[in-house]
Amino acid sequence: IWQTNFPEYQGPEKIVIRRYSDFVWLRDRLFEKNKGIFIPPLPEKSAVEKFRFSAEFIEMRRQALDIFVNRIASHHELQQSEDLRLFLQAEEETMERLRSHETGIFKKKPSDLMQIFKDVQSKVSDAVLGKEKPVEETDPEYEKMKHYIFELENHLAEAQKHAYRLVKRHRELGQSLSDFGKAVKLLGASEGDALGKAFSELGIKSEILSAKLQKEAHQLLMNFEEPLKDYVRAVQSIKATIAERANAFRRQCELAETMKLKEINLDKLMLIRSDKVAEAEQEYKEAKSEQATKTFETIVKLMNEEMGRFQEQKTLDMGIAFHEFAKGQARLANGIADAWRSLLPKLEACSSS
Amino acid sequence: MMGSHNHSVEDHPLSAPPHQMENLLLHDDHGVGGDETKSFSTNYRSAMSTLSESHHPLSPPIVAAPAESDPLRSPPHLHFPDSPNPNTSSSYIDPPSYAEAVFAPYDGETNGVDPPSPPLSLSRSPSSSAEYLNITVSNPVKEQETSNSIVPGSNSYVTYLITTRTNIPEFGANSDFGVRRRFRDVVTLSDRLAEAYRGFFIPPRPDKSVVESQVMQKQEFVEQRRVALEKYLRRLAAHPVIRKSDELRVFLQVEGRLPLPATTDVASRVLDGAAKLPRQLMGESVLAPHEVVQPARGGRDLLRLFKELRQSVANDWGGSRPSVVEEDKEFLEKKERIHELEQQINGASQQAESLVKAQQDMGETMGELGLAFIKLTKFENEEAVSNTQRIRAADMKGVATAAVKASRLFRELNAQTVKHLDTLHEYLGLMLAVHSAFSDRSSALLTVQTLLSELSSLQSRAEKLEAASSKIFGADKTRVRKLEELQETIRVTEDAKNVAIREYERIKENNRSELERLDKERQADFLNMLKGFVVNQVGYAEKIANVWTKVVEDTRGYVDEST
Repeated sequence: IWQTNFPEYQGPEKIVIRRYSDFVWLRDRLFEKNKGIFIPPLPEKSAVEKFRFSAEFIEMRRQALDIFVNRIASHHELQQSEDLRLFLQAEEETMERLRSHETGIFKKKPSDLMQIFKDVQSKVSDAVLGKEKPVEETDPEYEKMKHYIFELENHLAEAQKHAYRLVKRHRELGQSLSDFGKAVKLLGASEGDALGKAFSELGIKSEILSAKLQKEAHQLLMNFEEPLKDYVRAVQSIKATIAERANAFRRQCELAETMKLKEINLDKLMLIRSDKVAEAEQEYKEAKSEQATKTFETIVKLMNEEMGRFQEQKTLDMGIAFHEFAKGQARLANGIADAWRSLLPKLEACSSS
Repeated sequence: MMGSHNHSVEDHPLSAPPHQMENLLLHDDHGVGGDETKSFSTNYRSAMSTLSESHHPLSPPIVAAPAESDPLRSPPHLHFPDSPNPNTSSSYIDPPSYAEAVFAPYDGETNGVDPPSPPLSLSRSPSSSAEYLNITVSNPVKEQETSNSIVPGSNSYVTYLITTRTNIPEFGANSDFGVRRRFRDVVTLSDRLAEAYRGFFIPPRPDKSVVESQVMQKQEFVEQRRVALEKYLRRLAAHPVIRKSDELRVFLQVEGRLPLPATTDVASRVLDGAAKLPRQLMGESVLAPHEVVQPARGGRDLLRLFKELRQSVANDWGGSRPSVVEEDKEFLEKKERIHELEQQINGASQQAESLVKAQQDMGETMGELGLAFIKLTKFENEEAVSNTQRIRAADMKGVATAAVKASRLFRELNAQTVKHLDTLHEYLGLMLAVHSAFSDRSSALLTVQTLLSELSSLQSRAEKLEAASSKIFGADKTRVRKLEELQETIRVTEDAKNVAIREYERIKENNRSELERLDKERQADFLNMLKGFVVNQVGYAEKIANVWTKVVEDTRGYVDEST
């Protein structure tokens, strides 16, 4: 289904070829194993068949994938991942085997499936017991952060939308300049003499500028619109982590409840000196050592760190994007000014003749 | 001159009043330009200095705005600081007004943008700048027609105040006057001019509108029509021959009812025609000499129309070609050329329209992008938890501000572009005038040819009659009478023919001189258009480049860091 092939270098100059779905595999694995960490986002799958093979789309995707891998490689935790090593070094057949493991509706490990059932179970029992919504954190700072992330996505999406439109406008202006140039040249041919020459010069300049605009449109797409889109994706990735954290929190709450129940049970049994005390003690110890709390606490800690890193990274990324954007616009405007300016002496010569 | 250029541009920060070439010949705006020391625009400036004074001195970006603006109305915010350093010229715009500034409509178009004709006439004919004829149309007022109709207040119409300032002697001692006219009067004026000035390229009048009276009274419609009327009258005033015509003078000067014969409505023509028809059917139809000066029209001239139609068929089908053909070839060549020219102008005009639209869209989207970033900036600042967020917000604000400024500049650029490229549209309108002048010529020729062939058939009949009667002695009285009548008819027709030929020659000459004038003026106008367009583009491109260069500088740190 996926067509893109992708060569890259790693460490002591190893080159491997990867498909888009290999990247998806890598990301899914990393996401599963590193809850709390903001996994770098991937460029979207493209639904439109025709578009998938266009040079521009491939270029955009290549750039995004390049950034993706490099971000993982420079993240001090993620870079140690086994999955990453596999990804960068395994032979194509190995990758294919790994990839096919992942196919299937759930794409999850058995323990996850259990967890899903448990979640559903607890939701049902909550409803039965008349509890309201699933439990959520009440940390005000965290609330603020969540709100920030959700709002941010909206704002960014709008900015990105306009950035994309701006690219289109550049192309449209380029096209109309080209058409204008042609029409003006024809007019010049009809006129003849000095005036005709003036028109044809104007037409030529128009066509030159049209090319400049098309070029700039491409630059704008790659160096400004893409980074914005990447920003949006990153925020969406954070949202996924937020969801994971909510899950972890719920499980931790459930665990706390379970533990309480088991404790009560234990005390009860100890009181009546039942034979089952040992058993109950064992269960209690087991419950205590369950991962849920640790998982949750890890996530919280990681998220805080990640958030800081994310903000820093984005300031840098955007700074570069803004710079490139401004540079492109200045370059374009100067190019336009220069081109038209060079016509002025010629026009002057025409009128004096 | 000020009165006619008094369009009320909305007075918001960056609304530079439109390109005012006309003003420059009367007031020298150079003084307002101020000090320009930007080095990178020296090339541009030296190019500028070689341009003639009929050019708008669009001085280098930093201080361009004051030079552009009407000295009586410099928007204060637009006055860029004199210091050449772009970094110190902070906030070109007052921050709070971003939103309004971007979305406030640019008023240049809707309030009677100066039509190109005044500047055209000024820059083209410096020798007659001593003679001016400035016309303004204003103050539309609804009036009631005082008719005896049963339905009260049924016929209302709009009149416009037409004020003229002139020093042309034909208008008499009075140099400043005004009259009220309604649209119907304009139609009359244009019809009379068409009759009196056959062969000339008479600017076409605004269309009659086939709309219902409700629409007629709407503000928008009235305003559109006012603008169109003004343009039309100014074009008439710009025509070297027509500006001195009696018809125009009477229209502009004589108060009260317009003393020009109104266009005869169809009903009376039919009556007229009906009266003439019996005579036409029974006797010989004689084309009175004075009638040949006008083309055959329906109603009265039915028979003449038929004859001329027959003649034109004979012409087309290669019948006997009358002698009036000689230099037709040269004329036909010119006609071809004009036709082709018209097509090219049309093409260019269409592409000009789409260019303007593309520029407009660019400006809009840039503005929207800027606004989106401003919202983001505000958001980040409000929610900032870390310092890096504030830094990012500041960077973003820089970009947003630049985008909004650039957006505004695009819109201004576009408003100017419209005015320049409008010349193309003007000439398309003129092409209509050319067509009708050429058809004046062909119909005059047709009249001549018709008369010639009629003459020849009359003459052959006379010859036959003479031959017949000379054979019989004791001349037949009736035959003699018939011969006399015939000869009388021949004489009258001969006279008519001569008049027709003279008329045809006159029209030919008008065509010729007008074509010459067209070529010369067109060259000048188009060159002006090109210059104006290019100068405009350069000026605004430089300004926009400046805006972005600042952001480049401000964000330079990121690129050095990340490498």
